Amino acid sequence: MLERIGVDKLEDLYSDVPSEFLKKGPYALPDAMSEQEIRDYFASLEALNAKLNVFVGAGAYDHYTPAVIPYLCARSEFLTAYTPYQCEISQGTLRYIFEYQSLICGLTGMDVSNASMYDGPTAAAEAMKMAIACTRKKTRVLLSGTLLPNVIQVVETYARFHGVAITVLPPAEGVTSLQTLENELAADDVAGVIVPSVNRYGIVEDHSGFAEAVHERKAVLVEYCDPSALAVVKTPGEWGADIAVGDGQPLGLPLCYGGPYVGFMAVKKEHMRKMPGRIVGQTVDKEGRRVFVLTLQAREQHIKREKATSNICSNESLMALWVTIYLSLMGPEGLKEVNRISSDGAHYLKAELLKTGQFQDVFPDKPFLKEFVLKPVGCACQLQQKLEAAGFFAALPTEEGYVSFCVTEKRTRAEIDRLVKVVKEG
Amino acid sequence: MKYYDKLIFEVSKEGRSGFSLPVNAFPAAPALPEAVRREAPLDLPEVSEPDVVRHYTNLSQMNFGVDTGFYPLGSCTMKYNPKINEEIAALPGFAGLHPLMRKESTQGAQKVYEEMGKALSAITGMHTFTFDPCAGAHGELTGLMIMRQYHLNRGDLGRTKVIVPDSAHGTNPASAAVCGLEVVEVKSLENGRIDVEALRPLLGPDIAGMMMTNPNTLGLFETEIKTIAELVHGAGGLLYYDGANMNPLMGVVRPGDMGFDIMHLNLHKTFSTPHGGGGPGSGPVGVAEHLAGCIPSLKVSAFHGNFGVILRAYAYILSLGKDYLRQVGAYAVLSANYIKECLKDVYKLPIEGVCKHEFVFDGLLNDGAREGVPGATTLDVAKRLLDYGFHAPTIYFPLLFHQALMIEPTETESKETIDAFIAVMRKIAAEAAEDPNILHEAPHCTPISRPDETTAARNPVLKYQDTL
Repeated sequence: MLERIGVDKLEDLYSDVPSEFLKKGPYALPDAMSEQEIRDYFASLEALNAKLNVFVGAGAYDHYTPAVIPYLCARSEFLTAYTPYQCEISQGTLRYIFEYQSLICGLTGMDVSNASMYDGPTAAAEAMKMAIACTRKKTRVLLSGTLLPNVIQVVETYARFHGVAITVLPPAEGVTSLQTLENELAADDVAGVIVPSVNRYGIVEDHSGFAEAVHERKAVLVEYCDPSALAVVKTPGEWGADIAVGDGQPLGLPLCYGGPYVGFMAVKKEHMRKMPGRIVGQTVDKEGRRVFVLTLQAREQHIKREKATSNICSNESLMALWVTIYLSLMGPEGLKEVNRISSDGAHYLKAELLKTGQFQDVFPDKPFLKEFVLKPVGCACQLQQKLEAAGFFAALPTEEGYVSFCVTEKRTRAEIDRLVKVVKEG
Repeated sequence: MKYYDKLIFEVSKEGRSGFSLPVNAFPAAPALPEAVRREAPLDLPEVSEPDVVRHYTNLSQMNFGVDTGFYPLGSCTMKYNPKINEEIAALPGFAGLHPLMRKESTQGAQKVYEEMGKALSAITGMHTFTFDPCAGAHGELTGLMIMRQYHLNRGDLGRTKVIVPDSAHGTNPASAAVCGLEVVEVKSLENGRIDVEALRPLLGPDIAGMMMTNPNTLGLFETEIKTIAELVHGAGGLLYYDGANMNPLMGVVRPGDMGFDIMHLNLHKTFSTPHGGGGPGSGPVGVAEHLAGCIPSLKVSAFHGNFGVILRAYAYILSLGKDYLRQVGAYAVLSANYIKECLKDVYKLPIEGVCKHEFVFDGLLNDGAREGVPGATTLDVAKRLLDYGFHAPTIYFPLLFHQALMIEPTETESKETIDAFIAVMRKIAAEAAEDPNILHEAPHCTPISRPDETTAARNPVLKYQDTL
């Protein structure tokens, strides 16, 4: 090969690199490990992580993953392909993305979904940018203070550099207040509002009147949702939202210390061309067969460069496949049952915890599903550690001085009873 | 590959299900108030487990991955993905870890981040890494935020522009725009390198920094890098390294030693994690010591980035170790130059000389054009390659040439595979010279033929419900 190239040795291929930049001496790295050594080493690292029974959500939910999903997602035709640029040999990827888009639209009640975003918080940040792009001469976006803390932090980071002012609306009794929202909208500089459908306290929020108030001021309403809960709670479409975003993680994705997850975004048709990210559309080939292609690419960075709707290119395609298979397996009855068992379990846990007399109910009249917060009576500082010692990840302290719990369909009644017993025994 | 026409919605049969859940052991919770309850029907597919398995297996068979065959997609570094890494990422002690668990109970994960940071520092010469970004473009954006934050922290508020070469990846200017920076383009010379003389007048107190890919998107090393670094630093700016093209430098050159202040890496490219049909990726950002303080004020993703991808990449680094790392870049460069030399008598090579991990042809030397028959284009060549069982190179990028065909073989392909690719590329060139119509009509052997993309964009059908 060297001879064909016309050089004597491998080093000659770097003759154009100034010699001072060629790395001299060894790299500060370990020696190569064999496959067995790799396996042993990572097993030793894995053993350093505590194996806990997860009773916390806060943006990452321990729902059950059916065995079929990792099995199918490991098929190398899906796993080792890249972005489907050559549609003639990528119909597998393109079809599942089309299915994914259809499922997200169905769950959210919106018209158009993209092919996926990185995660929920970045999808919210993209929605913030989109709100600015969809409105004229408006530079402020309102965030409900009941959004998950990491959603607020990511949107604020993006906004700071994108030249967007953010106002966080203080919650009233654990939910977004329509009155506060209307007061802020009155200034007429608001491009968009982001509110959670199920909020950081686990409360299912009532957004009656929100869309009317927001649209009256020609702003954009963004609903941040838990897609699993959308099987039973009012959809962004039903609330009259313009954009729906969230994280697909609750749809059977492993916790995996925070990623890879998958952000989703779906919008009303009129905002379609302002949407970031890849989109798959249906068309026909030369023989008239139904085929799928990447479409509406005039929005994207490889064509529009600095005028693109976003810089996103690689997304979380494989996790979109994961979600698509999950929703197919669960079907309408399965997804509703996941919500039913989780919610029934969470209500049971909450009632049992309140019986111990060690907690106060913070929002007793507000509806919730799988997640809730309580206020510890007295000092709760050691509660999380104590539960951890007993094998539970539970009672996550919040900024407000509450502790947060979550129950999914994976948690058994025996586990819950044991957790309550640990709390009781002090 | 065979054509399979169904969508999961068409496999659906009312009343069927594919889930298995435990019996509900709890008393019923109160129903949600009507005001917040979903009224719309929940139209999910109703399918059995075997239905699901067959459907997605059939879909997968219309796909081409690195495991299927040679995938010389320029700038995407489609190297082989070692399978042990999949097993590591699936270990229950990693896959089941909640991201908000305390540091004390996630010591294994903390160690992965710490050791991975050290390894990437050793490989790149950067001081500190953040692993929060989830992809390359996300890394660029984070890196540019660090660049701006650095100037803001010093009270230097006027630096609102960033210089980007005309040959840069599209994500560079797009990331700059998301970060609120104005893009100033610097032109390339005839030899494909940055025009240093054109760069000089652009530098001033309004420049936050400059983004560079080195080697650039033509696969050429920017030989004036030392001067460029001095000029940018002299003007008070920072130099950003787009790590999409890091592969040829693996084990040979470190961006930190060339004067770069900030860089991102694409773990899914250089560090062999599977591309997943377009993600998940991971785009860690490394910075020089004086910029490390700018990282903590930024929160760019949900938790700690794509931990599962980071695990795979770390397993890859440990498999290579300090000795085999030395071979990665050099072997990738060897493969690229060999292909280039074996094909430049039939494809137009606009810039002679040694390339790095990839190179760009500007279409066919003889496209076969004749009266009444237009010549074969780069698109035609790409589509014909599919017939012969290869993935196509990146086409029509970079924008410097009209018929760009960007080929990146990577270091994990055997000489036999590379020779087979060369033979097919030569055959296609011969076909074009003889009758370009064979190429215009390609592909002939794939599950579908060329799609009507115009209709797709003009009358968008973007979900199943639109088809009903």
